[in-house]
Amino acid sequence: MYSEKVMDHFMNPRNVGEIENADGVGQVGNPKCGDIMKMYLKIENDVIIDAKFKTFGCGAAVATSSMATELVKGKTIDEALKITNQAVADALDGLPPIKMHCSNLAEEAIKAAIDDYKRKKGLLDDEGGCDGCCRRCDDVQQHLEEDE
Amino acid sequence: MKDTFIYLDHAATTPVKPEVLEAMLPYFTDKFGNASSIYSIGRESKKAIEEARDKVAMALGAQPKEIFFTGSGTEADNWAIKGVAYANRQKGNHIITTAIEHHAVLHTCQYLESDGFEVTYLPVDENGMVSPEQVRNAIKPNTTLITIMFANNEIGTIQPIAEIGKIAKEKGIYFHTDAVQAVGNLHINVDEMNIDLLSLSAHKFYGPKGVGALYIRKGTKTISFLHGGAQERGRRASTENVAGIVGLGKAIEIATQNIDQYNKKLIELRDRTIDEVLKRIPFVRLNGHRHKRLPGNVNFSFEFIEGESLLLMLDMKGIAASSGSACTSGSLDPSHVLLAIGLPHEIAHGSLRLTFGEDNTQEHVDYLLEVLPPIVERLREMSPLYESSLLAGKK
Repeated sequence: MYSEKVMDHFMNPRNVGEIENADGVGQVGNPKCGDIMKMYLKIENDVIIDAKFKTFGCGAAVATSSMATELVKGKTIDEALKITNQAVADALDGLPPIKMHCSNLAEEAIKAAIDDYKRKKGLLDDEGGCDGCCRRCDDVQQHLEEDE
Repeated sequence: MKDTFIYLDHAATTPVKPEVLEAMLPYFTDKFGNASSIYSIGRESKKAIEEARDKVAMALGAQPKEIFFTGSGTEADNWAIKGVAYANRQKGNHIITTAIEHHAVLHTCQYLESDGFEVTYLPVDENGMVSPEQVRNAIKPNTTLITIMFANNEIGTIQPIAEIGKIAKEKGIYFHTDAVQAVGNLHINVDEMNIDLLSLSAHKFYGPKGVGALYIRKGTKTISFLHGGAQERGRRASTENVAGIVGLGKAIEIATQNIDQYNKKLIELRDRTIDEVLKRIPFVRLNGHRHKRLPGNVNFSFEFIEGESLLLMLDMKGIAASSGSACTSGSLDPSHVLLAIGLPHEIAHGSLRLTFGEDNTQEHVDYLLEVLPPIVERLREMSPLYESSLLAGKK
């Protein structure tokens, strides 16, 4: 089911942990769906110099979190905001269709962490973002429709 | 242990026993006759089928002519439920079942609902048990069928089948039980238990996949779904899967002969696993009734972690098991059984089912107890839920 890269990132996840006094923290997903991703970012001069994550979820969830933290390290926050779920999935040599929502979660976790950073710096007007529904519903629906 | 493979998913399927395979093989080669054919090898196939039928009848305490071979347990469930529902539609259209049935029963009931039937899905207690009183209270003048599983495939809980059968008989309502997990594990007698229909499946008791059986008590009003030839006394057309049926017969014979020793062995493995895991790993819950459960069934929920991750890591260590998480079912929700016993979603997602079988040993349990705690700990360290609940001072 999973590519070698996914299994590698699952068995040997990069950047697991927390950052104390992180510049941006984003948590997305919810326990009902069975996927929660929490991303911590250390940002200096608008460049992400360190990233860590904690994830409650399946093999794909852990792997996409791990890959997402690798992808954002060293990028400016504008570059990081451009990272799409497809990019995360591609970096892992692809995900089964029914697991694509895990990559959505990774993309949204990055955005949530950066939003948090901006909010802390007073750069954002709104109070809070969405809870980052990972859109598993879409994947499952699509999967079911494909079988018809 | 590089080449370790420890199979702990016997509720999903079992290997075919060597004696069973041996009994089946001739029916693929020399004895390949169609059982409906008049000549020698045809008659031989017919004879083999009838011998298997006798064995199934013996195992259930039924008459051979009450046993019908099907392609699976699912087919038997579908036939039993739809067959009785449609045949007795003039009398009534209400069916009683439980919230924890296998999908083969649940989805069949849901299909009947879409066709105008009324279905009551009885809730279960926190151990997954339904009470005879609940069943009695749910019965209405238009109830024509009660369908309640003998033992649950996920959490192992064994239902009070004989008591329910007694009530069904008293009220003159047909009683079907999905005994797919129970056959080969528990003593069954359809007369003593007042069962009118019973489903079983060979691949759960060391027989081949692709064959099952439905017991239908003589006199039960039911309809057929497979029309065509006259096989199975005109009630289930299809050229018989002779080899499969022979395998089913042989497997059920072996299973029922050895049921007590088998039970004893499995219970030892099961109970040691339950006791030790509860001792060694914190924040864990056993799902299903502690004692009224299938002899080889263990089902835990580990808080703060998710089931598929657990299975992948166990797989890396050579252990095969299953889970009730949504990720493993490919759907939106975790197991309906775990939700029905009242587990919150996130706890249901962290479930692990281990089901022991003939080939397991105490050494397997030793190994499991060695590898499981570090895996759980590792996944918890990665989980945002673990740290936040520890911070909240949760015990």
